[in-house]
Amino acid sequence: MSTTTRQAPALRLRKKSGIRRGEAASGWLFTAPMLILLGLFLVVPVLMALWVSFSDWSGRGSPFAGNVNFIGLKNYSALLSGGGLAEQDFGTALKNNAWYVVLVVPLQTALSLLLAVLVNRQILKGRGFFRTAFYFPSVTSSVAITVLWLFLFNSTGAVNKLLSYIGITGPNWFNDPGGIFHFGAANGPGFLTANTALGVSWWDWLGGPSVAMFAFVLLAIFTTSGTFMLLFIAALQNLGGDVTEAAMMDGANGWQRFWRVTLPQLRPTLFTVLTLGLIGCWQVFDQIYTGTKGAPGKTTLTPAYLSYQAAFNNQEWGQGAAIAFLLFIIIVVFTLLQRWILAERKVSKRRMRLYDIPPSAGSGPSSGASGQTAAAIALTAPLQRKDRP
Amino acid sequence: MQRSTTRWLVAGALAAIGALTLSACGSGFSSGSSGSPSGGLTSSNKALTVLIGSSGDAETKAVNSAVADWATSSGTKATVNVASDLNQQLAQGFSSGKPADVFYLSTDALAGYASNGSLLAYGDQLSNKSDFYPSLVKSFTYNGKFYCAPKDFSTLALEINTDMWAAAGLTDADIPTTWDQLATVAKKLTTAGHVGLGIGGEYARIGAFMTEAGGNLMNADSTKATANSQANITALDYAKKLLNDGSLKYAKDLGAGWGGEAFGKGLAAMTIEGNWITGGMQADYPNIKYKIVELPAGPAGKGTLQFTNCWGIAADSPNQAAALKLVEKLTSAGDQLAFSKAFGPMPSIQSAASEWKKANPALVPFLSAADYAKGVPTAKGAADVVTDFNSKIESLATGDPKTILDATQTNLAALLK
Repeated sequence: MSTTTRQAPALRLRKKSGIRRGEAASGWLFTAPMLILLGLFLVVPVLMALWVSFSDWSGRGSPFAGNVNFIGLKNYSALLSGGGLAEQDFGTALKNNAWYVVLVVPLQTALSLLLAVLVNRQILKGRGFFRTAFYFPSVTSSVAITVLWLFLFNSTGAVNKLLSYIGITGPNWFNDPGGIFHFGAANGPGFLTANTALGVSWWDWLGGPSVAMFAFVLLAIFTTSGTFMLLFIAALQNLGGDVTEAAMMDGANGWQRFWRVTLPQLRPTLFTVLTLGLIGCWQVFDQIYTGTKGAPGKTTLTPAYLSYQAAFNNQEWGQGAAIAFLLFIIIVVFTLLQRWILAERKVSKRRMRLYDIPPSAGSGPSSGASGQTAAAIALTAPLQRKDRP
Repeated sequence: MQRSTTRWLVAGALAAIGALTLSACGSGFSSGSSGSPSGGLTSSNKALTVLIGSSGDAETKAVNSAVADWATSSGTKATVNVASDLNQQLAQGFSSGKPADVFYLSTDALAGYASNGSLLAYGDQLSNKSDFYPSLVKSFTYNGKFYCAPKDFSTLALEINTDMWAAAGLTDADIPTTWDQLATVAKKLTTAGHVGLGIGGEYARIGAFMTEAGGNLMNADSTKATANSQANITALDYAKKLLNDGSLKYAKDLGAGWGGEAFGKGLAAMTIEGNWITGGMQADYPNIKYKIVELPAGPAGKGTLQFTNCWGIAADSPNQAAALKLVEKLTSAGDQLAFSKAFGPMPSIQSAASEWKKANPALVPFLSAADYAKGVPTAKGAADVVTDFNSKIESLATGDPKTILDATQTNLAALLK
């Protein structure tokens, strides 16, 4: 009797017996198909590409064959400090894509949030119709939409026709290499044109996306805001009505309720949307591949397309892989940066004072409640819980 | 403790699986069975695959029937695959060690694949080697070796809309034979509705002026960069002058994708295009009446650019001997004339010239140009430099020819290091 009671805890420690026996093994067994698939089609190719980016593989035979040599950071240095065409092209691609990101990410986030708030209103009739309509561009293939865009933004296309009705002569969209912030100026001031970064002059860096790239910016906003609208709708429907109600009781108007109450609660979703947007924007490829292939004047060249071009068209496989990994680093850095910016922080002391009970407000419990507003209690309650474990 | 051992075991198992997978890949990649460049060809009874990048149904059908004919007569099976992205599919084939046996290969791609050993340099073993135009052979010679048989070729000529020509009061005697005359008629032909000369704003058109001035981006063997030569500066100056006169416009500024479209839509009275334009005009703009003349001579005489592809044979092909036989048949006069009839290019062999001229009297200027046509640069990476150059001459009207050419010279010289 006593022996069994003494043995029981020991048995529980030994995992391989009893009812839980073999659980880990079956766990691994069940996840094995996915692990093998991911390993085979994701991890292994990524590691191979990483090796290629440090090698002089020429595209023939296995990259692990004996005649392929490790050449260190040569591929990377050609892109970052080579001084040749490779550096110029990479700089141009980065410049194009950076402007693309700067314009697309905020605009698509703002637009999708706006759409989500609009179609989430109880009062709106035919909400289902609008949700479907706004989501529609997202489900259409990007190739089809790009071709449509090429037609719409033709120099004699529908967009320019519309512009002509209001007296504007539209640009030759997909053939116009001029930066939109150059405002048609052909040459900039000397100190801007003389200095370069990554083989691209400051004047060009500051010039903004070309008119052609701007058409792609519009395309991206048009196609992706629907998807992100869905995310925001889901988040909005998860919000309890009590906080908003409390704010309403405090006399906050619609504008204040949105900025001070709804938006802060959407922070996790906002992070998701911004991150997905950022990653998607830095990886833009299919629109370029089907649409312009980098033309006009290389102003729609993006790192993703440049990587493809370097590898498949120029047989510079090492450089192509190196571009892919530089792009990866860029995306990771930006995501971390954004995570840091959007991180939940303690409410600052100055801010907190707004919610504190003013000491002069008397001692009665009723006056305390009036000093600390209902919304403030609702909002700060979770924060305070977190601060004081 | 035990838990972590299990974890290590699992990790080890996964690593083993990974290693196995990698080695499986490795065997699939077959580390290059070097295709004996010394002349001995591989031979087996394996079927041949032919990979082409087709311009349309007519081309696919013509190549299919020619290859099928050869298959029945030779007894070796052969199939034709049409690539949707030829460069990509070729690259995949070469890296996996199982490329198509015979394939279309552009002048751009030759140097890249020749330098990594993917191609069989079979040119010298062709029985009809001496029949090819020498300038085409040069385009497919890399490091002194004649790699592959030119499939066909095209040259640039001047197309003139005859109705607009007559409306401007011009006659056959006015057909331009010099740069000055070209400038004059282009000005006369420029009206409110259309521009005198509308061409694609790229090296592949403007380059014709360079050859007329006696220059080109690189020398004929693509072993020396000659981009910033005085001849090229003269040529770009001339083009710039026409642009600033308003008698020359780029197709994109006319709202057209290429010169042929601008010409077909009546936005330009003249254009500079190759013999592919005839097919497009027939299909899309059958009502436009036009004639084709040779490009006017520049300061250094006549000049034009030529474009060509070849039939590549893979170094990894298990049946190179049969592939060579197939290529000889596909480049024979009979087959090339059939191809020409089906989809327009000119035969790459001199012995088919007279018959071709007889069959296509209106297109004779294209073939006559073969005598003085120059190829495009073929050095490895030259295509990138040309793209860069194209992006710069888009703004030639406001740019400085010397600066543009100097930058291109630097980039081309960097390729040869």
